[in-house]
Amino acid sequence: MANISGSSRRRPYAGAVLLLAALTTTGAAYAVTTSAIVSPKSAAASAEQIELGKRLFTEGCSSCHGLAGQGGSSGPSLIGVGAAAVDFQVGTGRMPMAQADTQAMRKPPVYNQEQIDALAAYVASFGAGPGVPDPSQYDFSNANVARGGEIYRLNCSQCHNYAGKGGALSDGKYAPSVMKATPKQIYEAMITGPQGMPVFSDAQIPAKDKQDIIAYIDYLQNAPDPGGAALGRLGPVTETVFMFTAAIGAVIAVTIWIGAKSR
Amino acid sequence: MSTSTTPTTPQGKVADFLDERLSISKAIKSNISKVFPDHWSFMLGEVALYSFIILLLSGTYLTLFFKPSMVEVIYNGPYVPLKGVKMSEAFASTLHISFDVRGGLLMRQIHHWAALFFIGAMSIHMFRVFFTGAFRKPRELNWVIGTVLVLLGIVEGFMGYSLPDDLLSGTGLRITQGIIAAVPVVGTYVSFGLFGGEFPGHDVVARFYTLHILLIPGLILALVGAHLMMVWYQKHTQWPGPGRTEGNVVGYRLFPVYTAKAGGFFFVVLGITTLISALVSINPVWMFGPYTPDQVSAGSQPDWYMGFLDGAVRVMPNWEINALGHTLSLNLIVPALVLPGIMTTLLGLYPWIEAWATGDRREHHLLDRPRNAPVRTALGVMSISFYLMLWISGANDIIAQTFRLSINQITVALRVLLFVVPPLMFMLTKRWCLSLQRRDREKVLHGHETGRILRLPHGEFVEIHAPLSLEEQAEILGKMDVAPMALPAATDANGVAQPAAWKARMQAKLSQWFYGANVSLPTRAELLEAQSHFEHADALEVEATNRHRTYEAVGGVLLAPTEDGSSRH
Repeated sequence: MANISGSSRRRPYAGAVLLLAALTTTGAAYAVTTSAIVSPKSAAASAEQIELGKRLFTEGCSSCHGLAGQGGSSGPSLIGVGAAAVDFQVGTGRMPMAQADTQAMRKPPVYNQEQIDALAAYVASFGAGPGVPDPSQYDFSNANVARGGEIYRLNCSQCHNYAGKGGALSDGKYAPSVMKATPKQIYEAMITGPQGMPVFSDAQIPAKDKQDIIAYIDYLQNAPDPGGAALGRLGPVTETVFMFTAAIGAVIAVTIWIGAKSR
Repeated sequence: MSTSTTPTTPQGKVADFLDERLSISKAIKSNISKVFPDHWSFMLGEVALYSFIILLLSGTYLTLFFKPSMVEVIYNGPYVPLKGVKMSEAFASTLHISFDVRGGLLMRQIHHWAALFFIGAMSIHMFRVFFTGAFRKPRELNWVIGTVLVLLGIVEGFMGYSLPDDLLSGTGLRITQGIIAAVPVVGTYVSFGLFGGEFPGHDVVARFYTLHILLIPGLILALVGAHLMMVWYQKHTQWPGPGRTEGNVVGYRLFPVYTAKAGGFFFVVLGITTLISALVSINPVWMFGPYTPDQVSAGSQPDWYMGFLDGAVRVMPNWEINALGHTLSLNLIVPALVLPGIMTTLLGLYPWIEAWATGDRREHHLLDRPRNAPVRTALGVMSISFYLMLWISGANDIIAQTFRLSINQITVALRVLLFVVPPLMFMLTKRWCLSLQRRDREKVLHGHETGRILRLPHGEFVEIHAPLSLEEQAEILGKMDVAPMALPAATDANGVAQPAAWKARMQAKLSQWFYGANVSLPTRAELLEAQSHFEHADALEVEATNRHRTYEAVGGVLLAPTEDGSSRH
């Protein structure tokens, strides 16, 4: 290509070849980078584990998600969702759903961790996706809780509420409470974006910041209420209800008591 | 002792010292003997007054530590989850009050609970005044002062909870700024003026602070003074009862009965407020975090007295008019400016509206029982239900979240309920009042049911009714029977049509609507007849009792009554 000095000298196929080369390079680079987020666990999934996963999937998941996880009218495709999504959805009991609803609710999980791992390995075999995070990824022992609070308020509180109590979204959807979420589940939710939640990739929230957020949520889960009963940490609505029932009620009871003597 | 002019006791000496210099004994003597009527509902205004005193005291404590500045500082206090976070000095000093100052958190919570209490007690006091008709002539001006006090209380409360500069109150301030900016023509100028530039600016906390601790409490204090002086001067209204007329006040003297009652009651209110503040958290600002305009929390609601405005904005359809390069934000102007404007105008002018509608311009010192003014009571309940619907709309997301419902459906439902529930409440309340009136009439004429069944000599069973006590009778008969205005003739004496009479006709129709359905009190003849009926029943019962005694006297052998009422074995 050293002798190219003008467009007339270019071969007619050069454009197509160049495009092909560029696409191949990009594709290869993408494959290399994305394979990084597939955890070694799913890569090292044994054939035995995948076999168990396949059996469980066919029994419990395929009626909505399709026999090959391709999805259908009642469930989305699971190709490329990754093991982390399965671990989150099944591990929090959201999947399998009890009934068709706007959103799957957190409930006691149906499968044990071994079965969940098998399901995750099987679903991960459909296509590359985020793998189950390693405990070191969601370890928050060295995290900065105050910084986590700032990132939480900026990215999370608009749906999950300032205290992690959850909040309403449109059309019956909701951001659930994070009061019961484990550090692993919080991490998985951020990297997989379950249900209405957006994905917070490492490009948006670096792994270190994710640990800070987990530290803040852990604080919220265990935070004392120095002011006394927190009334559900729901803000002024419950304060109002308390005021007009218990507090005003008590005062009116006293007025009646004082007034009653004279009648 | 009575002849001695120089006091011997220490108290007497102090009193004498003061009197010789201030000549106040006469004024005190006449004022401490002032008579006030007694009823539990008359103490609701006191609750508001006491809450205000608590607010002044706890607020003064808070001013000792609060720094009304929006200068950015980096927090380095004991609350770890905010350590190293940038925040305004106002927020940092609020954290300082909450976590470092001795008794600071308790004082903050007392101040905040007392604020909710203050406006709540004012509202309930206002309900009492409304439903008993205590606002009628000559007390209309005091009603207006009360309305202004409620509005000042709301503004004061709003400014107060905006001071900590936390995420929740900042969100409320942001909405307020949006409402101000929505005012046609002057909105943006007012907004820039108030915030000293673009929102949030660096001035608003300091400005609100001055208004919150100086101007508005000063106005409230002055108006509370005027409010009380008018009660003093015009004398308190009283319920109808034995010996109570439009021309007297029956009750106890200020000293010693009310001095003790009111003084004690202050400490009860203070005690309840402190107890609640010590046990129940309010406005945990450290959880909300400092305000920055790019953050918001789900479930952001204002304090209760601003909730109806928030709700009105939430249920309002998103209507805007874009014309000539300008936007008229009806979605904010209607719910946040026009609606509260109409609500407060109607509230403030209600005494005159009712006087005009009923043509009743007499002085009233005896209260109406709510049932005896069914339309007024129904209007009040209707208004309260409208307000409640707005308030519930403000909590639509909390309701959706708590009950797993669709917020969209709740909002649509509330748009409908806002216009359906109040008229329903009106009809229901009016009917309820009229039923109670009928029951009152029944009670006056036939007395209480005693549950004692009497068998008459000829076999008939009758229930013994006990006559009402004097108090009960006076309460019921104290109702004012008002005849609604008659419709004026459409033509004059000469048969000429009177088109100008439409106003009188409308008024007459309003008056008939107001009073028309009222159940009239029994006439004197009916009452006298009822009286003789009671005497007759008494006679019957005496006879029956005697017979019963005979039965006991003969050792429990059954006595069958004979035709003539005497007994035989």
